[in-house]
Amino acid sequence: MKKTVITVIGKDNFGIIAKTSAICAECNVNIVDITQSVLGDMFVMVMLADISAANCSFGEFSDKMRAFGKKESLDVRVMHEDIFNSMHRI
Amino acid sequence: MINLNDIMETVTMISQENLDIRTITMGISLLDCADSDIEKSCEKVYEKITKKAGNLVKVGEEIEREYGIPIINKRVSVTPISMLVAVSGGDPVKYAKTLQRAAEATGVNFIGGYSALVHKGFSAGDEELIKSIPEALAVTENVCSSVNIGSTKSGINMDAVRILGEVVKETALKTADKDCIGAAKLVVFCNAPEDNPFMAGAFHGVGEPDCVINVGVSGPGVVAAALKKCKGDLGEVAEVIKRTAFKITRMGQLVGTQASKRLGVPFGIVDLSLAPTPAVGDSVARILEEMGLDVCGTHGTTAALALLNDAVKKGGVMASSSVGGLSGAFIPVSEDAGMIAAARSGDLKIEKLEAMTAVCSVGLDMIVIPGDTPAEVISAIIADEAAIGMVNSKTTAVRVIPAIGKREGEELNFGGLLGEGPVMPVNLKSSPKKFIDRGGRIPAPLQSLKN
Repeated sequence: MKKTVITVIGKDNFGIIAKTSAICAECNVNIVDITQSVLGDMFVMVMLADISAANCSFGEFSDKMRAFGKKESLDVRVMHEDIFNSMHRI
Repeated sequence: MINLNDIMETVTMISQENLDIRTITMGISLLDCADSDIEKSCEKVYEKITKKAGNLVKVGEEIEREYGIPIINKRVSVTPISMLVAVSGGDPVKYAKTLQRAAEATGVNFIGGYSALVHKGFSAGDEELIKSIPEALAVTENVCSSVNIGSTKSGINMDAVRILGEVVKETALKTADKDCIGAAKLVVFCNAPEDNPFMAGAFHGVGEPDCVINVGVSGPGVVAAALKKCKGDLGEVAEVIKRTAFKITRMGQLVGTQASKRLGVPFGIVDLSLAPTPAVGDSVARILEEMGLDVCGTHGTTAALALLNDAVKKGGVMASSSVGGLSGAFIPVSEDAGMIAAARSGDLKIEKLEAMTAVCSVGLDMIVIPGDTPAEVISAIIADEAAIGMVNSKTTAVRVIPAIGKREGEELNFGGLLGEGPVMPVNLKSSPKKFIDRGGRIPAPLQSLKN
């Protein structure tokens, strides 16, 4: 399983999760786990997704997510899970 | 699942604290390009660089997108060009133009290696190359030059030091209309490392493999942010820096191994460095101030920097399979917002910077000096710095920029990562001319006799 971490941070609004999930579905990216909270009016979501069956390249998926973030004024990042494993685990 | 706090910590480091990979540098040996005909030699150099590094920028951008880490620079370092000049003869500037062409074709932002190693003396090609540096740096944009004039093993070549004082000045003169930027691309080393990924001093040493990937990490902003939360004594400060440096270096190691795998080139080293940029929140000076100094340059700065430098290495060394290059905190004045401010206010002086270079990586870096500084004073600055490196068995370097036509109080602006800086005062009341004119070689110190 090739996993990626999607983080979405920004001002809370309607349908952020729905829109993020829609892009995942469109790209055949399976959501494995999701954590979300709203602190004040800040929306923070971390999604763990499996991209091994994706119908586009990692780069394209990441570009789509970033474009979505730009449109909605959200900070959206798609990062390979290895970066967290290597930085925080020995 | 990965810990949520860890994820948010990494995202904050990248989005708010300027964490990035400063450079992926591909080292390429040009020894097999040497030809007695300089035209053929240049053609082979161009072919080899564009073949090996053709995909470097693409792969770098791919990794950036997948891991979400900015990789600021993709660069190439090559075998010291003086060795090719030794075989081909002819005008060394032709090689500089070839390197420039290769930089444009591959899309890298700097090629380093317009270099000569003359720590014990000049061999064929060395003097020709050194004398051509001002011209080479004036007619090219992305070529960097370095000369190694001393080492712990061999002492300091004072003839080369004398010539380089003149070369630095002439390089600035030739690019006077572009804020003397030529001199910002020229470094004079003592104990130059062969696997340094950072510019302007990168070159591909002769002991290196045919092609190799080296990575330079960065992240002064991350260390400063971590220290902001630390209220403990200096022992705790060192611990916080170590932990942060470990994480930064692990990221460098990951990116380096990925790049090496995708390019099919062996992985060389991670350079454990804290490299600042002029951006707010990306400053080494601010780390020192976070430790408790009012301003970088005040008494205590050398001690704080020594602590920082050591903790960065201790944290980083376990995070990487292979550490090399310069590895330490950099203190380039014009590239560090905190240093620029301290230099402007007069709190940071060249003499203090010289002391600081005894305990950190590299040396007097990106310092703007008055345009009327005589060549022999620049040579003497180089000699002082080389002596610190030689005696302490460490790398030291000088990258000063004589601001032609400008005096104290005025500034130079290079733009981009090279930043901007005020003209810093240099002691011009007395002259070291007689000392510099003696020439010869300062013998290697006792430390060199380790066998």
